[in-house]
Order: sequence, then C-alpha cells, then structure tokens
Amino acid sequence: MANYIAALPPDWPGGFWVHFGVFTVILLVFVLVMALVIIYLERRGIGRFQSRLGPNRTGPFGLLQPIADAIKALTKESITPAKGDKWVYWLAPVIAFVPALMIFAVIPFQDGALLADLNIGILYVVAISSVSIVGIFMAGWGSSNKYSLLGAMRSIALVVSYEIPLGLAIIGVVLLAGSLSMNEIVTSQSIPFILLQPLGFLIFFLAASAEINRSPFDLLEAESEIVAGYHIEYSGMKFALFYLAEYCEALAICAIITTLFLGGWRGPVLPPILWFLIKVVLVFFVFVWVRSTVPRLRVDQIMDFAWKCLLPLALINLFITGLQVVVWPEGLPWMVVFLNLAIMAVLILLWSKLFKLGGGRVEV
Amino acid sequence: MAIRTEPFVINMGPQHPSTHGVFRMRLTLDGEVVVDLEPVFSYLHRGIEKLVEGRTYAQIIPITDRLDYVASMSNNLAYVVAVEKLAGITVPERAEYLRVIMAELQRIASHLIAVGSFLNDCGAYFTPFMYMYREREDIVDLFEMVCGQRLTYNYMRIGGVSHDVPDEFLVALDKFVRRMPYFIDEYDQLLAENEILLARTKGVGILPKELAINSSAAGPVLRGSDVKWDIRKADPYSVYDRFEFDIPTGSVGDCYDRYRVRVEEMRQSVRIIKQAMEQLPPGEVRSEVLPLLRPPVGEAYGHIEGPKGELGFYLVSDNSIAPYRLHIRPPTLINLTALHDMIIGWKIQDAVIIFGSIDICLGEVDR
Repeated sequence: MANYIAALPPDWPGGFWVHFGVFTVILLVFVLVMALVIIYLERRGIGRFQSRLGPNRTGPFGLLQPIADAIKALTKESITPAKGDKWVYWLAPVIAFVPALMIFAVIPFQDGALLADLNIGILYVVAISSVSIVGIFMAGWGSSNKYSLLGAMRSIALVVSYEIPLGLAIIGVVLLAGSLSMNEIVTSQSIPFILLQPLGFLIFFLAASAEINRSPFDLLEAESEIVAGYHIEYSGMKFALFYLAEYCEALAICAIITTLFLGGWRGPVLPPILWFLIKVVLVFFVFVWVRSTVPRLRVDQIMDFAWKCLLPLALINLFITGLQVVVWPEGLPWMVVFLNLAIMAVLILLWSKLFKLGGGRVEV
Repeated sequence: MAIRTEPFVINMGPQHPSTHGVFRMRLTLDGEVVVDLEPVFSYLHRGIEKLVEGRTYAQIIPITDRLDYVASMSNNLAYVVAVEKLAGITVPERAEYLRVIMAELQRIASHLIAVGSFLNDCGAYFTPFMYMYREREDIVDLFEMVCGQRLTYNYMRIGGVSHDVPDEFLVALDKFVRRMPYFIDEYDQLLAENEILLARTKGVGILPKELAINSSAAGPVLRGSDVKWDIRKADPYSVYDRFEFDIPTGSVGDCYDRYRVRVEEMRQSVRIIKQAMEQLPPGEVRSEVLPLLRPPVGEAYGHIEGPKGELGFYLVSDNSIAPYRLHIRPPTLINLTALHDMIIGWKIQDAVIIFGSIDICLGEVDR
C-alpha cells in the first residue's frame, strides 16, 4: 500500500495533493490505532510486572479495553473550573496533542515512505516535540489549581533541562550519518547507531523519557504527590486527549529512537514496515519495564541529574564522536563498537563515583 | 530586579492518594519547599472511647477491630491483655502461643502494607505494593481459616482466643513461614539498594534520637532513630520472654532507616512464629470467664508492641459490666507528634514520603 502510494506519479492531476491527503489519513489512523495498541500493551505489561492480570474482560484478552475507555471518556461530563482561564483551558489539550501527531510526518516507515522527507527532519522533530509542553503548561495554568500549577512549573523546568542533552545526543548521530534527513539517517546505518553510539543512546533514552514524562522522571503527574499534576481538573474527552497525547508522544519517541539508533526499517527477511513496528514495540516495552520498576526522583535531583550528569556526558560523547568521524572519514569500522562500549563503561563508572544524589534540605 | 514571590498554602488531603486515609496536611509552600505544616485530623472520629462505656467488656473486642483496621489482631490482643490484667484472669498456655502467632502474622501483614505504600509514595508505581499484597493475601487467608474474617478478625477473647485453630491452619502456616523469608529477600533484591530509592530516602526526614524519645514515639519510628526499645523485650507480655529474637534498629532515623527496620522486623516475626510453632502445646484455648464480667474496682494499663508502636489500653472499672473509662494510647497519633519537625525544609515530594514512613492508620489516629 505504502509502496503503491509512493509510486503515484506526482504529475498525475492533483497527484501531489492526492498523495499528500491519502498519506495523511493513513498516518493519522495508524498513529491513533498504534496509540491504542500501546496503551493496551502497557496496561497488560504493567499488570504482568505487578503479578496481576491487567485488563482481560473486554473482548478477547481484554483487547477492546482501550476502545471501552474511549467510549467512557466521550460520554463523561466535561467540566470547566469556574475560576479557570477558559480559553487556555480549552486550547491546552489540542496544543498538547497536535505536536505529537506532527512528529510522525518525518518518520520513515520504510525506505522513502514518509509524509515529508525534510532535509532537516530531525531538527523538525526537536522543534515540534517541545511544543506540546506549552500545552501542558497552559493546562496547568488554565485550571487554576495549585497542584496543576506545581505540575506545570515542573514541566517547564524539566524541558529546559532535558532538551539540551537530548539535542546533543542527536548531534552525535547526525555527525555519523552526515545528514539531518530522517530517511538518510536510516540508510546510513549499515551498523545500527546504538552500537556505534551506546552512550549517546543511553543519554537520548533518559532525556527522552523525561521529555515524555515517563518514570523515573514522571513528576508532572506524580500521582503520590500532586495527584495528577497538570490534568487534575480535566475530565471527559479533554482528559482523553491528554491521555492520548501522552501515548502518541511515547510512540513518537519510540519511533525516533528506532530511526536514530536501531536502524529504523532495516532488517533481514521480514518486510521493512514490520521491522519498524517490531522495534518500536520493543523500545516501548523497555519504557514500560522502567516505569514498573523504578521509584521517582525528586524534582531537584532530576535537575541535578540533567545538568551534572547527562550534559557533561553528552558533551564528552559528542567530542569523541567528532574525533572518530575525523579519524575515519569513510565510515567507522566495526572495531569502534567495542571501543565505544569500553568508553561508555569507563565514563559511567567514573560518573557514578563522582556524582551523588541525595540530601536537599533547605533551611527555613 | 528580583521577582517577588510569596508562600502559598496547599491543602493536602483529606482526599489525597498518599495521605493513607483522611488525614489533612495544611502545607505552606515556598515554591516546592515546605515552610510550615499544620496537621488536621479527626475526620474519622467515631467517639470509640465514649462508645465503649455503654458496652460490656466482651462487646468491646469487635470495636477495637475498627481502630487500626489493617492490624485488628494486635488491637484485640492489646485490649484483652488490659482486661485480663484488670480482672486477674489467667490464659491457657496454648492460647498464649496462638496469640503470639496471630500477633506476629499481623505484624508482618501490617508492615507489608506500610513498606508497600511507602515505596508507592516514593513513586515506584504500585509494583512493590502489589508484590507485598500477594503475601498479605496469604496471611489474610490464614486469618480467614481461624476466624472466618478477612479484615476485622474479632478473634481474641478475654481469657483466650475464640476457637482453636483448624488442622489445616498449621500446615498452611508452616508453608507460609518457609516461603516468607524468600519473599523478603526478593523485596530487598528488587529495591533495597536501588540508587533512586537511596537518593530519595537516605538522610531525608531525620528524626533525631532525643526528639524521638521526647515526643514519646514508639515502634519502628523510634527504633529507626537508634533507640532499642521494644515492649516485647522491655516489658514482656504473653509468652514473649520464651522466644529468641533481635530488635532491629536504624542508625540516623531517616526514612530509609524506618523502612529497613520494618523489613528486618518482618524477618524477626517469621523467626518468632517458627519458634512458637515448635513449642505450641496442646490443651484448652480459653479459660472460663463469665459473659458479663465484673472486674473489681480499680484500673489497669495493658500494652503490647503493636506493628506501629506501643499500643496501650487504659481501663478503669467501677465493678459494673461496662468499663467506667477506656483510654487508648494510639501509637500512630503519638508518632505524628514529630511530623512538623521532620517535614519542615523538605520539598513537597519529601513531605509525602516522610509522612508515609511514619505509617499511620487513620482509624486509630482519629478513633
């Protein structure tokens, strides 16, 4: 299907727009369905991690549970807080949701199968993905609730800190690929970049899980402290939009990790689109795993971790990658994999000795 | 130009996922830092101390179930110990051992919830909580075998226990006691050395030794502050002087110490149950006590080491069928005394876990 659409002649009457329109619809449906699928996977996965069953009543194996949830959300009363800022309150879910969808415009599902093959694809991703935080902040502000305001303030602090290591980790990949286009990054990965950039992958993974508010950095909606954080006042479909946005973003980040580090759609035997999906689900599984295992860091410790640990490591990683690209301009040989793994091990050991979290009492 | 900021007040509770019931903390925050705290309770006040003045001594036992509802066995025990002291009733040997077994099982069950919800407050998204509920379920099944109830047991009687245990109970208990140490090891493997947990709990919410004693804290909160005080050793009741066990203590009195003390106490409880099972004598489980007991005029204070601290019942009798006055020493309410000093200066995220590490039960705080 994707091949067929990609092969539509651009000079066909209205060809560009047909191509564009059809692909957009396919993409939207795909993203929403996939979001429902990963919601189901997460709930079942966490259920297994917690030695319980997870949803298993609605449809076979509980497969229809996300649909039942969606119907429930649609039929719920939508409440606007009396003292809230109505416009901001209404706009916030949309602003949080749309960027998550927009990221998929540049994700290559297979060779050339992407909505817009921007030559600055990854830059576009970095720019768009932080817009949804504006929506989150608007939600926190517009609900006129102290808990949600705390969540909103935390979200700003989090994004300001974690965008930097995130960007630096991406630059390492860009240096190796020699291009900002998502498709070119995939085609240049004869060795998956997770092997050439193990440290970069780790930094990207951690920063990304902060970016999409997942454990251990999930303090925007820390249930045990600020109850639900920014979406505490939302109900009905507006809440469902936030919920969906969260998972669409998670899906987008998984797709970006797949594209940047895991070789995207590349893989033997199976069709490329299947490889892509398998990798995305695997990455998401790791997120679920982390979420169900680790406790949450404190807000100042998260800032410490970003500025004192991730940022220097990202800079060192960038420096080393730059050196390697200069030494081997024709592409890195296999042996670099082991070299980089060793460098990563040494650096992480060093930082675990140098860098200690803890304390944090303020005299009042 | 500096931006002017001002502290704001946030009402945490009475409906809040981590206040463990209907506790309310009126927090004054400067940004994220707690600068003032005013605890508000009694949302669950039922007037139990007044209520019992119109009940006979035996009728009060089910009311004590409603105090600390996650540890009803211990409440039952503390009450009957006080009544027996007041009326001078002796308890058969076998009943004493059964009481010890039940009290220690209850301690494990209560600590499982305490540790589980504490880790949940730390943000470990329900996983430790569900793991610990798995084992608590076994204990609740055991209790169901002996008294048919799963939450409000009403098992102890004045002068013994209500029934002897069924045959399959001891088999199931033996199985549980052999499995439990592995489960405790499992919890430790999963989280005890977790870097994030250490960062969140080490040095957080320190309760200094002097303050712990001065605020008359008890139980794991006191022992976490390096005070070796346990009623089971200090003033042995029942048959606790016949068992060998250690009193685990912390070193500095932070949240991590309190968490560790609870985990270690679970191990010690398993040890006590093992010894009690070996020594369990045959015989009666209940001595003859008049249904309408009229203790002689006087007063008595019976106390036990409950899961959450020293649980005491102070009874005054005027030789009628109902107590003239009953006063309960609720360990969790008294442990809360030092909450203010522990929380001030920490962030709102710490306030939640410091509060969680005290392990309160609102049924007992508010009575």
